[in-house]
Amino acid sequence: MGQTLFDKIWAQHSVKELGDVSLLAIDRILLHERTGGVALRSLRDSGRSVRGVERVFGIMDHVVDTFPGRTDKTVMPTGADFIRTFREECARNGITLFDIGDPRQGIVHVVSPEQGIVQPGVTLIAPDSHTCTQGAIGAMAWGVGSSEAEHALATGVLRVAKPANMRIRVTGALGLGVTVKDLALHILAELSAGGGKGCAIEYCGEAIEALEIEARMTLCNMAAELSAFNAMIAPDDKTIAYLKGRPFAPQGALWDQAEAYWRTLKSDDDAIFDRDVTIDASAVAPMVTWGASPQQASPLNARVPAYEEVAARESRESYQRGLDYMALESGAPLEGIKIDAAFIGSCTNSRISDLRAAAAVLKGRKVAAGVKAICVPGSSQVKLQAEAEGIDKVFADAGFEWRESGCSMCFFAGGESFAPKARVVSSTNRNFENRQGPGTRTHLASPAVVAASAIAGALADPRKL
Amino acid sequence: MSARTPMPLVSGVAAPLVRANIDTDIIIPSREIRSTTKQGLKDGLFAGWRYTDIDARVANPDFVLNQPRYADAKIILGGPNFGCGSSREHAVWALHEYGVRAVIAPSFNAIFYGNCIRNSLAPVTLSEEYIATIAAEIESADTPALEIDLVQSEIRTPSGARFGFSMPDEPREMLVNGFDAIDLTLTHDEAINAHRARDAAARSWVYAR
Ligand code: SF4
Repeated sequence: MGQTLFDKIWAQHSVKELGDVSLLAIDRILLHERTGGVALRSLRDSGRSVRGVERVFGIMDHVVDTFPGRTDKTVMPTGADFIRTFREECARNGITLFDIGDPRQGIVHVVSPEQGIVQPGVTLIAPDSHTCTQGAIGAMAWGVGSSEAEHALATGVLRVAKPANMRIRVTGALGLGVTVKDLALHILAELSAGGGKGCAIEYCGEAIEALEIEARMTLCNMAAELSAFNAMIAPDDKTIAYLKGRPFAPQGALWDQAEAYWRTLKSDDDAIFDRDVTIDASAVAPMVTWGASPQQASPLNARVPAYEEVAARESRESYQRGLDYMALESGAPLEGIKIDAAFIGSCTNSRISDLRAAAAVLKGRKVAAGVKAICVPGSSQVKLQAEAEGIDKVFADAGFEWRESGCSMCFFAGGESFAPKARVVSSTNRNFENRQGPGTRTHLASPAVVAASAIAGALADPRKL
Repeated sequence: MSARTPMPLVSGVAAPLVRANIDTDIIIPSREIRSTTKQGLKDGLFAGWRYTDIDARVANPDFVLNQPRYADAKIILGGPNFGCGSSREHAVWALHEYGVRAVIAPSFNAIFYGNCIRNSLAPVTLSEEYIATIAAEIESADTPALEIDLVQSEIRTPSGARFGFSMPDEPREMLVNGFDAIDLTLTHDEAINAHRARDAAARSWVYAR
């Protein structure tokens, strides 16, 4: 019987089978200041040290401010403690740190592929649930808790129970003006927020092959919202071209060896998946969420569904809670819902291709009066690239704030946030209650929809501008 | 090797909070995480639901943990997909610091589940139907308490009803014996080193820096 891509990478890293779990060798560990300092400190408190420090990278992204001219001080009251503790612990252990001011700094899941740290076939963990983003490169990347990160730091391995194999085949092609973010939200609405539970997802099919690497990251990113163990896309020519020449990618003869190996990384034709789902890309429309769970998503040109339309995937209680929180009524048209703010950023949609897509909509237009609009590039590299292309000007001229890189208002940690109960259209991944601020009402959408909505002052379809 | 307190039995007040998709942002809102340690989190537990004014800590009388009979909850009866969302382990640390030692739910987020095991908090998987039955009994019981026997894999209710559950061996042993996962893993040091040497020869580029 054939093996899946996931099975192959698993086998390569299996140190020992221990009944329910396997000891899996971990090739890369990424830490950020929000959870990394705790893990490193706890490691030291227990008298242990980092094993194989060359596989560990630290990045400042979660707590650090994104205002121009930022320092260690943050709007979040105790933010500086997180930053300094993490910096000290990285230095003490000799961990490579992409600190504030480092041109490689940015959101961990944007930076790692950009720097060539994640590679096809590696096992990569981070104490962060969106680590699955990096599966777009063909790596087995998944999020863990701080204690598990500590475990991997101390031992170089993790105890992992093998998830089931799930294949999501996306056939056909996305329509004009439909983006991968819409596909991700469409899949969430189809499969529900628990739809990938306990599964290692492999995305495949013509629509996936057609996606550029950055778009694949957006798709794999939102596997966290499906509650999947992780998501992966087999490496192909695009992946290899993407990695070539990146700072931490193999060089010279090692590159040739690596490339030969990477090209073997795919599921066998006769591999058996525990679950198989097919999605038709041509049925996907620009999407937006209307509730407080990412599965509560509908086509932008539709109305807030009646309970009966979504009864198959959720309880009446969570449906009603979502609507109440969002202050929406069943049957209301989604297009035209007035917004207070627009946010472009996060590990879901803040790469250069995302900023270009938004800029194409914004060019020569102005953000509606009263709408607070912010763009936070996913990494310092993305920011530099955008500035080289003049994209920062397009954003600024339209009335967007142009920020330094970081997680920023993707999540609220007591620092900067939108006004209480503000309605925000956001290119991020989570529309949970209070995720972006106290009472903040988040509508998830693609960068193009966010840009179009910022201009209209209400949820809007960029295809109609 | 027993770095934690062995926990063969969890016995105490059980609070019904049977809602789907209780995520880690709800369990411990991000802004309640103010320090780089694992402590100081219990007051922030469920802050968004527990207080009508979060800053002034004004208790919301409708929230289950604010009702005197459930205030000392050691067990939470939850809904499906418990602990979804952000991987923050603070959710488990906050529950533990509050005094919670077990969560009974139809399903758990995988990262949350792992975090529970490593912090001596038992994640017990039980069908929605049984949880509803137990919750109904608890709500009308004089003392809303349960016993969770991790050795026998059995939940016992005040009326004497018993509900069997299953838990994989490894997490069960870690909870029951209070094993520390890192110590357990380090007993396989030889295999870890041998694998690393083999793999470094096969995939040398992964190890080059
Ligand atoms: S951008 Fe948002 S989702 Fe991504 S890692 Fe940062 S906080 Fe998490």
